[in-house]
Amino acid sequence: MLEIHNLGKIYPNGAHALGGIDLTVQQGEIVALVGGSGCGKSTLLRLISGLDQASHGTVEVEGEVIRDPHPLVGIVFQEPRLLPWLNVAENVGFGLAALSPVQRQAKVTEALERVGLGGYGGKWPRELSGGQSQRVALARALVTEPHVLLLDEPFSALDAFTRADLQDHLITLWERYRPTLVLVTHDIEEALVLATRIVIMQPNPGRIARSFEVALPRPRQRHSEAFDAEKRRILKALNATLADPPAREDGLIQGAGI
Amino acid sequence: MSNFKPGTTGVSAREAGVRPKVADGWSMPDGLGFVLPLVLAILWELLVRQGLVSGRLLPPPSRIAGTLMELSQGGDLLRHIIATSARVFTGFALGVLAGTLLGALSGYSALTRRLVDPTLQGLRAVPSIAWVPLFILWFGIFEASKVALIAVGVFFPVYLGIMGAILGIDRKIVEVGRVFRLTPFGLVRRILLPAILPSFVLALRGGLGLGWMFVVAAEFMGASEGLGYLLVDGQQLGKPDQIVAAILLFAVLGKITDGLLSALFAPFLRWQDVYAGGA
Repeated sequence: MLEIHNLGKIYPNGAHALGGIDLTVQQGEIVALVGGSGCGKSTLLRLISGLDQASHGTVEVEGEVIRDPHPLVGIVFQEPRLLPWLNVAENVGFGLAALSPVQRQAKVTEALERVGLGGYGGKWPRELSGGQSQRVALARALVTEPHVLLLDEPFSALDAFTRADLQDHLITLWERYRPTLVLVTHDIEEALVLATRIVIMQPNPGRIARSFEVALPRPRQRHSEAFDAEKRRILKALNATLADPPAREDGLIQGAGI
Repeated sequence: MSNFKPGTTGVSAREAGVRPKVADGWSMPDGLGFVLPLVLAILWELLVRQGLVSGRLLPPPSRIAGTLMELSQGGDLLRHIIATSARVFTGFALGVLAGTLLGALSGYSALTRRLVDPTLQGLRAVPSIAWVPLFILWFGIFEASKVALIAVGVFFPVYLGIMGAILGIDRKIVEVGRVFRLTPFGLVRRILLPAILPSFVLALRGGLGLGWMFVVAAEFMGASEGLGYLLVDGQQLGKPDQIVAAILLFAVLGKITDGLLSALFAPFLRWQDVYAGGA
């Protein structure tokens, strides 16, 4: 379980990037954070990851307070961030340095097969397509079996076809490992395909505006009537949130791909 | 140091070879590169033989080859080559060692950089040849002053290369190391070192090129052996064929050592995603 209490981030220049977030995510949930630029969703993700330090409040995973990067928490960035001097297998095994080479090899092979890249272990990152690179990044994050996996707009740099493919893939992986996923996205449709819960954030200071359970059965059909109905429901709620803006909200509509 | 003009020492041909990217350092000689010098050499030989030019100040290839043969009798040539190479390599080793240490410190620690870098940048602006009188006073006229001059020439490109490479490491890649909770030592070994290796190799090659350049200046200071001595001797005794022979030897030695250096690191740089040049 991921528990966030009164989490805030104030930058040295006095800007309130995040003001007092409270959020509890059950094990195995998929939470999508959406909102315009500057609403603090990426800041929130970085605080959960332990890469940045909060000004106040706490993040706890399984009761452990997260202050620095923690083995229970994995992260996939917008870019694959593979190490170019390591081949694919070595990249995936990067976080497994404590294991024996044999154990590491076995885990890496399995992880690569899970992301559909069995047999790619010997390739260099430069030989991969964008989608393949991001799959390797997914494998690298999942191979250490984190309880919480954070994804910061992981598919936004990919073309629509590859993106849909990787979304399906992520769900397959999630169904196997059941990690908690916290995902930052600009894409309402992506949030609807993936999330069990959509959390809408607002800026100045960054905070949670509203939160919706997504009531769609899996596997989710992107072009079913139920999907469209749910999309309309979310958009309506979203617009209601936007119609009552305490601050500028322009980024959301534009960024949401509506 | 850049004030030293390479044009008269035969270094320019090699200097051009120092710049290209690491990956193609030890490119297979495909023969095409030999065409131009061969054609020029044959042409010059023919012109001299036909008596169309005198060839007194620029001797034809056959005379240069003859001079080289003559010099190599009794091991004289080898002695000169070894003397010069030993100076270059000693100076190179010292320059690389100092440049790497200080460059790494300045790149890694902002405090060291703020403390040390301005001074070094100031010293860098001094034409290295300007150190010669001082080095002679300090170290005498024999090997030590020559090696010191070469080391100074090698030091700056290595220092700058290492510092720049460390400062240029992608923050996003370093963050990957943080995500996987690397120790400071692990971060250096698994992220920072591999990340700067390509720049390091380029810096070494640049440094080596300057080492060959400065050895000539050092040997001009007064030497009883070495390729630079052959140059001075050839000028004083009016032996242009000996001068050209020494120049050619510099070109060959420089190219070979640069190629060896590249070949040494090539296995570690196969991952590079580089523009390999057009067909």
